[in-house]
Amino acid sequence: MQKNKFSFQNIFEKYGIVFVLILMIVLMSIAKPSFRTMNNFLNILTQSSIYGILALGMTLVIISKGIDLSVGSILGLSAVIAASLGQSMTASNKYFPDMGELPIIIPVIAALLVGSLCGAINGGLIAFTGIPAFIATLGMTTIARGFAYIYTDGKPISTLTPAFKFIGQGKILGIPMPAVIYLIMIIITWVLLNNTRFGKRVYAVGGNINAAEVSGVNVKKMLFLIYTYMGLLAGISAVVSTGRMVSAQPGLAAGYELTAIASTTIGGTSHSGGIGTVWGAVVGALVLAVMRNGMTILGIHSYWQQIVEGLVIIIAVILDMRKNARKK
Amino acid sequence: MDNDNYLLRMVNIDKSFPGVQALKGVNLNVGYGEVHALVGENGAGKSTLMKCLIGIYSPNGGEIYFDGKKIENYTTAQALQMGISMIHQELSPILYRPIMENLWLGREPINKFGFVDHKQMYKQSLDVLKEIELDEDPRTLMANLTVAKMQMVEIAKAISYNAKLIIMDEPSSALTEHEEEQLFKIIRKLKESGTSVIYISHRLSEIISIADKVTVMRDGRDVGTENIENISLDQIITMMIGRTMDEMYPKLKVNIGEPILQVKNLSHRKYFKNVSFEVRRGEIFGIAGLIGAGRTEVIETIFGIRPKSEGEILINGKPVEINSPRDAIANRMGFLTEDRRATGIFSVLGVDVNMAIPNYDRFVTKFGFVNERAVSESCMKFVNEIQIKTPSLTQKIQNLSGGNQQKVLMARWLMTEPDILFLDEPTRGIDVGAKAEIYKLITMLAADGKCIVMVSSELPEILGMSDRIMVMHEGRVTAILDNGPDITQEVIMRYATGTENDFKEEYRGIYAKE
Ligand SMILES: Nc1ncnc2c1ncn2[C@@H]1O[C@H](COP(=O)(O)OP(=O)(O)OP(=O)(O)O)[C@@H](O)[C@H]1O
Ligand SMILES: [Mg+2]
Repeated sequence: MQKNKFSFQNIFEKYGIVFVLILMIVLMSIAKPSFRTMNNFLNILTQSSIYGILALGMTLVIISKGIDLSVGSILGLSAVIAASLGQSMTASNKYFPDMGELPIIIPVIAALLVGSLCGAINGGLIAFTGIPAFIATLGMTTIARGFAYIYTDGKPISTLTPAFKFIGQGKILGIPMPAVIYLIMIIITWVLLNNTRFGKRVYAVGGNINAAEVSGVNVKKMLFLIYTYMGLLAGISAVVSTGRMVSAQPGLAAGYELTAIASTTIGGTSHSGGIGTVWGAVVGALVLAVMRNGMTILGIHSYWQQIVEGLVIIIAVILDMRKNARKK
Repeated sequence: MDNDNYLLRMVNIDKSFPGVQALKGVNLNVGYGEVHALVGENGAGKSTLMKCLIGIYSPNGGEIYFDGKKIENYTTAQALQMGISMIHQELSPILYRPIMENLWLGREPINKFGFVDHKQMYKQSLDVLKEIELDEDPRTLMANLTVAKMQMVEIAKAISYNAKLIIMDEPSSALTEHEEEQLFKIIRKLKESGTSVIYISHRLSEIISIADKVTVMRDGRDVGTENIENISLDQIITMMIGRTMDEMYPKLKVNIGEPILQVKNLSHRKYFKNVSFEVRRGEIFGIAGLIGAGRTEVIETIFGIRPKSEGEILINGKPVEINSPRDAIANRMGFLTEDRRATGIFSVLGVDVNMAIPNYDRFVTKFGFVNERAVSESCMKFVNEIQIKTPSLTQKIQNLSGGNQQKVLMARWLMTEPDILFLDEPTRGIDVGAKAEIYKLITMLAADGKCIVMVSSELPEILGMSDRIMVMHEGRVTAILDNGPDITQEVIMRYATGTENDFKEEYRGIYAKE
């Protein structure tokens, strides 16, 4: 975009994380032929879709200089509510015993509404009371989780309709549904961030909130909408997640907020606000997915996997910061 | 009431903040197509009055009439729509976004599908940038511009609203001469097209040359409005500070001693090459040059903020290794940085902490606790001495007027009692009265046997204060001059623009490897 000289260093600095991803894929493919199968690639894409969708929203949140710790809990709450409305007639433990099988659209909309509502509460608190995003969403984390447990009485809700199962396990043109939904959300979020006024203002709010204010941007409305969108994506993610397991339980997706934040961060979105991209979040999510998948295939113990994952996150950010520091 | 002759009438405006009544019944009338200067000491309330007008603050009392209508309870967005735009005193760009998004923030052009129309945005940006003759691609990130160019973008933005009234709060303090001329041309053009401008500046000579009328504020009141033809610079100053001014540059006769700081062939990878000079005890050493000449970078390198690529620094004849500001402070150096917001103030901390921060070591009792009373006393001394306007020592520094923030930072370094003090644009945004105070302080420090190295873009200040003047052009030293009556602004400009050069390339080649 800029008058930048075309040089390898520039390209590498800008797209460094893509090279890392390619390198990982190449190395894994050489080391283990089983990694190289189409099936495994689709598997990776599907695995990354659930927190990948969260990472899309997290990108907006972090660009605006915020954070959302509650997305895992919101996902859990949305999921159990959707599952309760999506049980099949054959279920042995029906949440609503007297209710017939509902069309799939009902539980889906319910999940999206619950997610959006929680997000809107986050956004409202942050925008209108002025409390920090960290605090508001920390509160929401335990509140949403608490409701999920109350709603289910701590028990899983299973045996969902075939339509629900299709969302999680079906395929279109050979591509798993979760990946399809993920791709659609990537495109929508990309357009939202790059081609709408809303998107431009997300960057403005994070880049310099005072400048945004004096330029006539309704900062409060912006914050409200950003967290609402994040909540909506948590709802979508909940539908995918429930479909994959054809059930939901109230403890679902605990800690997913951290994976989403990690994906976004690995992808180069800056926590000081005003900097970040959708493709970065996608690549970041893929890096984590490939790493997890690869280490599992290599037989690395899951305890060690956690340590490696932490190191990768830290190193990615160090490299990213060096890129910005070099410009001095 | 007859409002027809004025575009803007502000009547009896009051505004108070906790602990401060910033505005006390201020009146301001601005005619159509008029350039109206607003002047006053730091903290007089100029910016506050303008923020009331643009809708950032709502006044506690008073009335505002704009274009014949009474206006009240409006947001900034609404003010912009009504036709009032503002260049803010403190620069506020969105750094990592392109110029064009900064320009059209809040009113991005959209196509019929509701998506942002980047092509249109680009085209409109080109037009606006052309109008101010800024030769930059609209897609360039703001972060890649110099401060002066960022300021020009702010100016372009304010103009692009096609407002009836444009408020300019110290638009010129970060501009080079060329850009300043550009700004004046723009203001004249605006005036011709019937746009009114409120122009705030501490450079009073500018005001004489551009304004039609001037309103002077003092202590939150307006003390008078005059046609510019009917008033002299001295009269304006007297109205501002409430008394006549003594001498502007109160330079004392000081005995210059032995060299304290010696810089030999200092080079930086990118910004400058082969800079050599020495500063002697009791000397004020001015560094002049255009913006971008590398002046700031030289003193930042000496102070350990930037790594040097070559060269040597000696203090009292002994070579010293300075790799960080910490090392520099340990060698009894002080540094007042140019960019107050970025590298100066701790905005949410109090005046006292901001002043004492590099000095806490000496306020520690023998039990290891900070002696708060000693800190306060010391801070209070400076508040009184250089007349810092603050309701209390614990006031957050961000609530002080820009000029008073600068004074606090000056006090910070004076408190460290440095042997060598670097001052980078020490009086930017400071009112005349306070300027004279600061000059007095600098002179007294020199008389006390300290070395002062002062980078400044204001030539009168360089000429009025320096014993010797080093001039730089594009990263090279072009002259080191003994100050005297024959050294004029023209002489310095010749060296600063590189038309004259005492240190030719061949000459330098003798002892420096390229
Ligand atoms: N948000 C705020 N909270 C508390 N006090 C404030 C605030 N804004 C301004 N003040 C006080 O109001 C007074 C007027 O400040 P203002 O910024 O209007 O001065 P100014 O005339 O623009 O000065 P300068 O020339 O230094 O920019 C000062 O005493 C300042 O400390
Ligand atoms: Mg001001």
